[in-house]
Amino acid sequence: MWKWLHPYAKTQNAYQLCERLLPWFVVSAFISFTLGMVWGLLFAPSDYQQGDSFRIIYIHVPSAILSMGAYSAMAISAFIGLVWQVRTAFMAMIALAPIGAVVTFIALFTGAAWGKPMWGTWWVWDARLTSELILLFLYLGVISLYASFEDKQQAGKAAGVMAIVGVVNLPIIHFSVEWWNTLHQGASITKFDKPSVAPDMLWPLLISILGLALVMAAIFIRRLQNEILRREIHRPWVQALVAEAKGK
Amino acid sequence: MSMALKAVFERDLALAYRQRSELMQPMMFFILVISLFPLGIGPNPETLQKVGPGVIWVAAILSSLLGMERLFKDDYNDGSLEQIMLSATPLPLVVLVKVLAHWLTSIVPLLLLSPLLALFLNLTEPMYWALLSTLLLGTPLLSLVGAIAVGLTLGLNRGGVLLALLLLPVFIPLLIFATAAVEAASLQLPYSAQLAIIGAMLLISLALAPFAIAYALRVSQN
Repeated sequence: MWKWLHPYAKTQNAYQLCERLLPWFVVSAFISFTLGMVWGLLFAPSDYQQGDSFRIIYIHVPSAILSMGAYSAMAISAFIGLVWQVRTAFMAMIALAPIGAVVTFIALFTGAAWGKPMWGTWWVWDARLTSELILLFLYLGVISLYASFEDKQQAGKAAGVMAIVGVVNLPIIHFSVEWWNTLHQGASITKFDKPSVAPDMLWPLLISILGLALVMAAIFIRRLQNEILRREIHRPWVQALVAEAKGK
Repeated sequence: MSMALKAVFERDLALAYRQRSELMQPMMFFILVISLFPLGIGPNPETLQKVGPGVIWVAAILSSLLGMERLFKDDYNDGSLEQIMLSATPLPLVVLVKVLAHWLTSIVPLLLLSPLLALFLNLTEPMYWALLSTLLLGTPLLSLVGAIAVGLTLGLNRGGVLLALLLLPVFIPLLIFATAAVEAASLQLPYSAQLAIIGAMLLISLALAPFAIAYALRVSQN
């Protein structure tokens, strides 16, 4: 596997791989995200208790799940970068961070908007809301640490260490706030038995999760390409690329 | 090797002793922040007792952040950190000794102040003992984890605010368990479970943090 992966440590190869993958991701993201949203927001049956306002679940749950997924992806690429000294991994890490932060914000925002009609308040200091908020702070910490270094090579390493410290802390934060206070309903699909969501609602939800994941992946690929170009601006292959783009 | 570690330890203690006014500042900050709360919330003893443990812990975290930069900054600026890194002594051990010296000189004074602050905020005696034991177990954790971020922000000119931004989210579990312990003590309940968790976190960070700090210093030193 390493033999197969290793060429992509070189930024040029990673860039070209991104270029090849991007159209596939854009098309599949467009299809699955549209399908998930339209099915969920228009055609899925409404909840017998919450009426139509539960439909925000099709945005809230995907963004909440993927906010954590993006953080672990970020920490894994930081780990790869620190252990095997792969520069591209740090670029991937920092390309992911703002996407994750935005998705975390979306999860918090939709959660607040959903909480108002259901719990009667925008914000409660409930365990999951709090840990999601702390997750947002962790993202912002990584981003601002990276931004404060002039030398981006050093910035990548420093932000990588912080991302890993955050990932070690995340379960501790999660359980500590869980014991501290709980109002949020329990997990509905990620628990290890039959999901407690009706299949009519579950399918659009799963498709929305897939759709958002693909959208994030497509944005990530583009951001990674930008990051590579920005960092490698003086390399001959980038210069050639720029010259070619100008010639058109 | 133990000679070198002892020398580093004694040097750090001597340096701290010669900069007494700098050591005083976080202590004064600690007392000041805590005396702001009765003025802000009102002097009702019951309210103060209710918010007291949380206030003392938040103030302790903030004032330990204030003194945290001193940990490596001077050594970084005058180049002695580079010499330490070049020496044959393993860097994780050296940073562990430095963190210990720092904890003794800038955090232990805060702990000595805590009876006074407990009086200010009208804590009962069982609450005070719970508070003191959480502080004893929890503040070394603050220093160890904080030192990682100090190491990372060492090369930056204005690392102070960034340090708070990086560290405050990481300290939240500690704050939660510590205040939960004091609250349990105020209800005459046993609080050894919370202490055990804080102790576990301390042991984990004692095992892992020195390596992370050493790596962070190497990144900063480039």
